[in-house]
Amino acid sequence: MQLQLEFFLLLAAALFCIGIYGLVTSRNVVRVLMSVELLLNAVNLNLMSFSNFLDPEGIKGQVFSIFVITVAAAEAAVGLAIILAIYRNRDTVDMEQFNLLKW
Amino acid sequence: MNLAEDVQLISFGLLGVLMIAAALGVVLLDQIVYSAFLLGGVFLCMSGLYVLLNADFVAAAQILVYVGAVNVLILFAIMLVNKQETFKPVGNRWLRQGATALVCVGLFALLSTMVLATPWVVDTTVVLTSTVVQIGKHFFSDYLLPFELASVLLLMAMVGAIILARRDFIPEKMATDTQDALTLPERPRELTGTVSDR
Repeated sequence: MQLQLEFFLLLAAALFCIGIYGLVTSRNVVRVLMSVELLLNAVNLNLMSFSNFLDPEGIKGQVFSIFVITVAAAEAAVGLAIILAIYRNRDTVDMEQFNLLKW
Repeated sequence: MNLAEDVQLISFGLLGVLMIAAALGVVLLDQIVYSAFLLGGVFLCMSGLYVLLNADFVAAAQILVYVGAVNVLILFAIMLVNKQETFKPVGNRWLRQGATALVCVGLFALLSTMVLATPWVVDTTVVLTSTVVQIGKHFFSDYLLPFELASVLLLMAMVGAIILARRDFIPEKMATDTQDALTLPERPRELTGTVSDR
């Protein structure tokens, strides 16, 4: 039995669902950011498995996933800076307290 | 670079189980520091899966960027906002978590039925070219514009992160003169730079 495309896709789907659960339910801001990283990794795994199984000659999925990694690094930097600023402002890391924009 | 099939299968199973367990730990554990280290474990398992997918360059980039940069950045952020606080209980918390879990399980069921029902056209030709050469060709021919834009994006993110995280510095002389005019209501902090526990 060989490695199938479906195995990787199912694994990526499971990781994506865990990431969404963490994104919605966690109350610590840093954990929300970590869940976003999990989501991006799940999408990366999808791209890489498609690139390996469906397009092994011109590996465009790997190029896409390198771009995703780049954007994820930038997102992590800016997100953590925003977290620092909002922590100085509100003196808490609780997501429930960040309701300034609520109407 | 094709390993034997059994080795591939066993290592896929190990890496998958480890990755799912570590991801569950990231989401469910109470201590945020444990979550950060387990996130590093998720990234390492992910790079192992990339090696299984014949993508050595992206596996190396994953370790360098994610484990080396992003995870360390997250650890620094945890140290900087290190505040042991017990969150105030919110009403209907179990209802929220249950609803979210239900939605996530439903989404997983939907995705897995889609994955299993779709007839994928798997290309079985074995190509043994170096991925680094291939990715380099892509970067400098048909993906040249996004490649250059990525550098601009990284520069913008760096400058933006510095500006956002910079502590606004009120000059000491002016701050003592016009205390009320220059202090924002949420920012009565010492100018010496130590983070005090207010």
